[in-house]
Amino acid sequence: MEDRGNETTSPSSSNVMRIDPERVRVILATDVGSTTTKAILIKRMENGDYRLVVRGEAPTTVEAPFEDVTLGVKNSVREVEELTGHKILREDGEGIIEPNSDSVGVDLYVSTSSAGGGLQMMVFGVVKVMTAESAERAALGAGAIVMDVVSIDDGRPVHEKIQRIRTLRPDMILLAGGTDGGTITHVVELAELISAAEPRPRLGTTFQLPIVYAGNKDAREHVKKVLGEKFAIKIVDNIRPVLEVENVGPARDAIHELFLEHVMSHAPGYDKLLRWVDAPILPTPGAVGMIIQELAKKYGINVIGTDPGGATTDVFSVFDGRYTKSVSANLGMSYSICNVMKEAGLRNIIRWVPLEVDEADVRNRLRNKMIRPTTIPQTILDLLIEQGVNREGMRLAFEQHKLLARGLRGVQRVRTVSDVFEQETGEETFIDMMRVHIIVGSGGVNAHAPRREQAMLMLIDAFQPEGVTRIAVDSIFMMPHLGVLSTVHPKAALDVFEKDCLIWLGTVISPRGQLKLGEKAMEVKILKGEEEIDLKLNFGELKRIKLGESEEAVIQAKPSKALDLGRGPGREIETKVSGGVAGIVLDARGRPLTLPEDDKLRRKLLLDWFDSIGAYEREVLENYVEPGG
Amino acid sequence: MAHAYTPGLKRKEATIVRKTRRLPIKGEVLVKKGQEVSPDDIVAVAEIPGESKVVNVARLLNVEPDEIRDFLLKKEGDKVSKGEIIAGYKAFFGLFKSECVAPTDGIIEHISDVTGQVVIREPPVKIEVNAYIPGEVVDVLPGEGAVIETAAAFIQGIFGIGGERRGEIKLAVNSPKEILTSEKIDSDADGKVLIGGSLVTYDGIQKAIEVGARGIVVGGIEDRDLRKWLGYEIGVAITGHEDVPLTLIVTEGFGKMNMSDRTFEILKKFEGMEASISGATQIRAGVVRPEIIVPRSDLDVNELRSIESGETEFSQGMDIGTLVRIIRKPYFGAIGRVVSLPVEPQLIETGSKVRVVEVELEDGRRVTVPRANVEIIEE
Repeated sequence: MEDRGNETTSPSSSNVMRIDPERVRVILATDVGSTTTKAILIKRMENGDYRLVVRGEAPTTVEAPFEDVTLGVKNSVREVEELTGHKILREDGEGIIEPNSDSVGVDLYVSTSSAGGGLQMMVFGVVKVMTAESAERAALGAGAIVMDVVSIDDGRPVHEKIQRIRTLRPDMILLAGGTDGGTITHVVELAELISAAEPRPRLGTTFQLPIVYAGNKDAREHVKKVLGEKFAIKIVDNIRPVLEVENVGPARDAIHELFLEHVMSHAPGYDKLLRWVDAPILPTPGAVGMIIQELAKKYGINVIGTDPGGATTDVFSVFDGRYTKSVSANLGMSYSICNVMKEAGLRNIIRWVPLEVDEADVRNRLRNKMIRPTTIPQTILDLLIEQGVNREGMRLAFEQHKLLARGLRGVQRVRTVSDVFEQETGEETFIDMMRVHIIVGSGGVNAHAPRREQAMLMLIDAFQPEGVTRIAVDSIFMMPHLGVLSTVHPKAALDVFEKDCLIWLGTVISPRGQLKLGEKAMEVKILKGEEEIDLKLNFGELKRIKLGESEEAVIQAKPSKALDLGRGPGREIETKVSGGVAGIVLDARGRPLTLPEDDKLRRKLLLDWFDSIGAYEREVLENYVEPGG
Repeated sequence: MAHAYTPGLKRKEATIVRKTRRLPIKGEVLVKKGQEVSPDDIVAVAEIPGESKVVNVARLLNVEPDEIRDFLLKKEGDKVSKGEIIAGYKAFFGLFKSECVAPTDGIIEHISDVTGQVVIREPPVKIEVNAYIPGEVVDVLPGEGAVIETAAAFIQGIFGIGGERRGEIKLAVNSPKEILTSEKIDSDADGKVLIGGSLVTYDGIQKAIEVGARGIVVGGIEDRDLRKWLGYEIGVAITGHEDVPLTLIVTEGFGKMNMSDRTFEILKKFEGMEASISGATQIRAGVVRPEIIVPRSDLDVNELRSIESGETEFSQGMDIGTLVRIIRKPYFGAIGRVVSLPVEPQLIETGSKVRVVEVELEDGRRVTVPRANVEIIEE
C-alpha cells in the first residue's frame, strides 16, 4: 500500500487566528491576480447557509506608479461597498473593519495572490522518476509554477545544468533526494550544483534565495554546510523517507511559509495586506486546489478541475482521495495561444473547426491574438478557432497532469496471486475516467462561452469522460477565494461554491470503446417524472435531452457488445442523473475520441454534433460567410 | 470599475524619449548626471560571477571522496589555469599514474569530501550597457544604470524580432500599402533600416540580410514566413534575443496589413536620419513593445517638455469623435471615429453580449465592434 502521507490542506496552523465559525456572519475575500484584484462579500442567510452577496473588481496595483497591492484591494472592496451599502474599509485607510455589526464591517477577511507572476520554483531530486517527481508534486501542490526539474539522472551534463539554474531566476528552490539513510553523496552533489550556479532571485537583488531541503535526513548537515551561507535554507522532513512513502505535507507547508516570508514580503504593499488578513495568504492556484479537495471530500467523489487562463492552464484532480495539481506554464488562451499551436500542431486546432479554413490565415489570427491578448472573438469563425485552441490546450494540459497523477515509481511491490490482475504499475496514471464523477471548467473561455452547450462540449472533447460524468463551470471565478476560505471556514466555502460559484451544465453518458461509424452503439431509456424517452444511438452520434438544473432523471443505458459504460462490455447500467443548463448529453462517439482524417466527413460530423447538442445552429454554420471588408 | 482600453501604440513626430539603461545586476555607473552621451558610450558596467566547472576528482583518481585532499595540489582560493594538473598520484615508481587537470582558467571555489568534487569558478564576466540613444544623462540609478533623455521621433511597433541596432532610415517602398519584396532591395540598403509597406516577403528578408541591412520596419508579416526565417515556431511572445542578423519590427500585425499612414509619414519625413531600433517584445507583465527612435537634434527638450506637460495622456478613454483603430477581425486594421458608445451590452455575431462601440470608418461605413477590439489612436 502506498501512503502519500500528510495530504491535508490546512495552512501552517500557527498563523491561523482562532475563529469561531458559529460567530461568522459576514466574510470578505480577495484574490490579488496578476492583472485584476477581485473581492467577494459573503453573508450568512437566515437558514444558516452562506451565500455570495456581491463581487467587485479593480486593476491590481503591484506595478509602478502605485506599487502597493492594498490600493487595488481597497478599490475592489470599495466597489463592493458601493454595490451593497455595507461599509468595510476603515476610515484611516489602514485595513478592514472587524468584527461586523449591522451593515458595518466583516467577521473574517482572507486573501490569495498570484500578483507578480505567482510563485516560480525549481525543484531538485536525485532520481528523476522518484524523489525529483515527488518534489515536483509537492511544489505544484503548494501552488508553484515549476520552472524546471533537475535530477542527477536527467541526462543533462553538469555544465548544462549549472547554466540552466543560472538562467532561470526562481523565487524558491525545493531540494529533495535520497531516502532517510540512503544516498548522501548524490544529495550533496545537487547542493554543490546549486551553490556553483548561484541562482539569483527573481525579485529583489538583496535578499537570499530561499531553499527548502526535504531530502535524506542524514545529509542535512552537509547540505547546510554547502548552502547555508549563500541561501536562506529551511530544513523539513524527507519527502520520501522510504521508497514506499511520499510525505509532501511538510515541504508544502514550508513552501507556503517561505512564500509569505520571502517572496510576498518583497512585493510592494504585502506587508500591510498580511496584517489585514485573518488567515495566511495563499498562492492562487494552491487555493483553487483546496476548494476542489473540499468538494471531493464532502461527497466522497472523484473530481477534475481545469482553469485555462491567458498564460497558463492549471489542472486539479482528486481521485480516490489523492490530490494532484499541475500547471502547464505555457498553455493558455492569449499570451500563450501560439504555444498551444506549437505544442498541439495547427492541424489539431483546425480539426475542431467545422468550416473550411486556410491554414496560413488561421496562423495569422492566432498570432494576432498573441500580440493583442485582450481582444475577443467577434465573428463565429474566430470563436470556433479559439474554442478549438481551448480543446487542444486543455487536452495537452490534462496529458501533462496525468504524468504527475500516477503511483510512486521505483517501488518494489510484493505481489500476490490476486495482484497479478491489477494494472497499476506506477507508470500509468491512476485517474480512471470511468470513475470521475465531476469535471469543473473554469477560465473565461469556458465560463463566458456564448452558449453553455459550447462549454459542455469543449470539456467533453478535451477530457473525454467515460461512463456517467457531471459537468460544471465556475461562473465568476471565485474558486481561489473559496479555497483560502475553506482553510478557516469550510462550510461557508462549500455553501457558496455549490450554490453560487458552480453552474451545472448537465451529465454526459459516454461509453468506452470503438466501433465503425453508423454501427449500433447504445440504447437508452430516460425516465423523467411521468415522461419516458427511448433513444437509439449509432456510433459517432451525439444527442442531447433537456433536463433542468434542479431536475433529476433515471437513465437505463445498454451499450453494444464492444462498448463499456462502466459495468463491462455490453452490460446495462441504471443510474439517477442530475440535469443542468445543457441537460443530458449522450455521447456515442467512442473513447478515445477520434475525428475522421477525411476533411469533408470530419466537418459534417462536427456540424451534426454542434447542432444536436445546441452549441451552434446548423443553418448558420452551413451558410457561414465571415463579414468584413 | 475603471475600464482599461487597449492603449494605442505611440507614434510621435516630436517627443521626449527617456530610456532607462539598467544592468541586470548591481555594478558601477560610469556617467554623471547632466553628461551628454553618444549611443555607443558605455554608461554602466558590472561583473557577474564566472561560470563554474565541476571536476569529480574522486572518480577520476579512483579514490574515496574523503581522501581527495591527500591528492590535491591546490587548495580553496588557489588560481588555476586550463590544463594545469590540480590533483594526481604516482604509484610503483611512476609506473601507474593518474591525474586531474583544470578544464578551465579560474579559482578553486569548493572542495567536497562528501562527493569528491572540486568546483572551479571561471573569472568574472564583464557586462556593459551602452547609451543606445544620444542624449543627456538625466538621472543616475546608483549601482544600476542611468536614464538618458533625448528629443526624438518615436514609434512603437506591435511585435519584433532581434535586439538593439542602429542605422539610417531608408524607404524601400513608395506607399504604406506596397509589399516589400526582394526586388525592391539593393546594395544601397547596407547598414540601413528599411521601411516597407503592408508586408515583407520571406525573400525580402533574405535579400535584406544578404545586402547587410540592419533592420526592417513593416506593417505585417505572414507567420509562416516568420517561421521559415527563424527555423522554429515562437511559442510565447518574449522576443529580442534571437540570433538574427537584422532586427524586424512589425507595426500592425500578422498577415498583409497596410502600415498606418501616420507611421509611414513620420518615417518618410526622417528618411536619411539615424535611428536606434529594438525588436524586443514582451506582451505579458510590463508590456515591452519594439521601437524606432529617431533622435532629433533640431528640437529643444525643454520646449517639448513645456508642450507635453500641457497635454494629457489618452487616459480619458474613448469618447464620441475619438479616432480608433480596429484590431480584430472582421474589420482588422480599419480606422474610424467613435460615433456612439452604448451603455448596455449588445449582442454580437458570436452570440455573446458585450460592451460595444460604434465606429464610422474612413470609407463611410458604420460598424459595431466590441470595445475590447479597438485601440485609441493619439492625435
